[in-house]
Amino acid sequence: MASIKEHFEIPGRYKQWSMGLMGVGVLSLIVGFILYGSHDHGTRFWSALLQNSVYFLLIVNAAMFFFAATTLAWGGFQMAFRRVTEAIAASVIPIGGITFVILMCIVFGGKHTIYEWLDKDLVAKDEILKGKSGFLSPTFFTIYTTLTIGLWILLGRKLRSLSRSIDDSPLELGEAKKYIFKNTVWAAVYIVWFALTVASVTPWLWLMSINAHWFSTMYSWYTFASSFVAGMALISLFVVYLKNQGYLEYVNQEHLHDLGKFQFAFSIFWTYLWFDQFMLIWYANISEETIYFKTRFEGAYQGIFYLNLVINFLAPLLIFMKRSSKRNYATVTFMSVLLIFGHWLDFYQMVFGSTSPDHVPMNLFDFGLALGFVGLIMWQTGRVLAKFPLLAKNHPFLKESIIHHT
Amino acid sequence: MAVKKFVVGVFTDEEVLFPAVKKVRSAGYKIHEVYTPMPIHGLDHALGLRETSLHTAGFIYGITGTTTALSCIGWIFNSDWPINFGGKSHFDLPAWIPITFELTVLFSAVGMVLTFCYLCQLAPFVRRHHFNLRSTDDQFTMVIECTDKTNEADVTAFLQSVGATGINTQIAETGWWLGRYDKEKVPFEQKALA
Repeated sequence: MASIKEHFEIPGRYKQWSMGLMGVGVLSLIVGFILYGSHDHGTRFWSALLQNSVYFLLIVNAAMFFFAATTLAWGGFQMAFRRVTEAIAASVIPIGGITFVILMCIVFGGKHTIYEWLDKDLVAKDEILKGKSGFLSPTFFTIYTTLTIGLWILLGRKLRSLSRSIDDSPLELGEAKKYIFKNTVWAAVYIVWFALTVASVTPWLWLMSINAHWFSTMYSWYTFASSFVAGMALISLFVVYLKNQGYLEYVNQEHLHDLGKFQFAFSIFWTYLWFDQFMLIWYANISEETIYFKTRFEGAYQGIFYLNLVINFLAPLLIFMKRSSKRNYATVTFMSVLLIFGHWLDFYQMVFGSTSPDHVPMNLFDFGLALGFVGLIMWQTGRVLAKFPLLAKNHPFLKESIIHHT
Repeated sequence: MAVKKFVVGVFTDEEVLFPAVKKVRSAGYKIHEVYTPMPIHGLDHALGLRETSLHTAGFIYGITGTTTALSCIGWIFNSDWPINFGGKSHFDLPAWIPITFELTVLFSAVGMVLTFCYLCQLAPFVRRHHFNLRSTDDQFTMVIECTDKTNEADVTAFLQSVGATGINTQIAETGWWLGRYDKEKVPFEQKALA
């Protein structure tokens, strides 16, 4: 163990890049506010903020889901790079805060161009929205959003502190058993809360309610699959980066292979859900349901609709199918960047296909905001990586990860 | 098929088997096969077996299934028997995707199973020589193929030195023949030694 570099030192260039990207984000925010902040009730401005903040919050939260799920399943292979996933999950704290502020601004800002259920006059006239008003109301929205982000932050802190608590003290067998049990229980609590948030209610509230009349039972799973693929891509990127910098000595191609497999498998899963949602609506051809795909399948978003399918389904299917491409650092890096962009595009059409149905207003503002969030993730993840040891060296399952091979 | 002479060594522990495989290979003996009661992680690498191409076969079967489904449905709904389903066009790809997916999976799964059976020569009434019956129970059996130049005594001594027990020489058919295991009267080992 003597040769292990346990402490990550943030390289100067990394710091500059993260600062620079955050600067781009803030600049885009200011320019966007000046250009679009008051135009058309700020729909364009707030849609972009909503899309970017929710997307990046969900993908860093997917990193948390990854280590909670592997902890719950007593998985061992991820132990060599588990601290990386923990560090990415720490970004839930700042991005969760930003998302909360944005959502509250949208709900209490007095405008109702994004969430039409905020319009009291409209709801009073509309039987369907009246029936949903218990769920789609500012009170419920606020409570559930607070609980969602708050519990993610609290449970994430708990899981991370549990992981760090044994850094200085090797465990005896009995202690190790107790430690694993305690980890399992807390991971299970997180997974239950994850099921009640990302896998069900939260996407309904944050994204699906933009079309308050329309609903799809596939929607949350589809959102989850999207964010999970991108989350695995994010983990892969950080693992490859640290590996290139000479850290994570125990991580090798076998671990990369599994990360690639996760991206591959969940890309197929995403396609399955995406297609199910689409085909059932297309086949039944009921106007209340097809309204969602009217703008996307035939309207202004047709290009994005097909591009989405090419990037998020065809590319991983064809490129990641071969074993050698999942074990190649360059291919995995390329695919990770592509998939993070692809699912960002997926979220883009989810939000903008509803708030701006007639034309696609994509320009540098959207990319600037996205880069800002990327910078924020880099900054927070790097900070947390540098603060704590890179290897959970006393964890009972570490050996399983070191000898892991596929 | 050919009848060849083999030296058979039996191991009772995989911790002994692994270094033995390495030593036997580096000594230059040709390992015919190692029979184990359960799959052993990493043994294929130790034996230097090449990566299986079963998955390439699976991919080919899969795209065969995709093509079959698409061309079959396309032909039926467009030229053979066009039916109007709820005003949808005859070439309505989304509706075909589930069947296409299923046929892809079916073709690749069935094809891979059959290919696997072919590669392992597994089929009803196909019989192969068994070097050590207990390799289906609790023993690991290493079989070394002898050539004209191989000195049996040397091989036996070498196997003994790497930890094998119950070393014996068998003359056996390398391929398969038709027959039934339950109808076999003579115990396998006796037959081989006779």
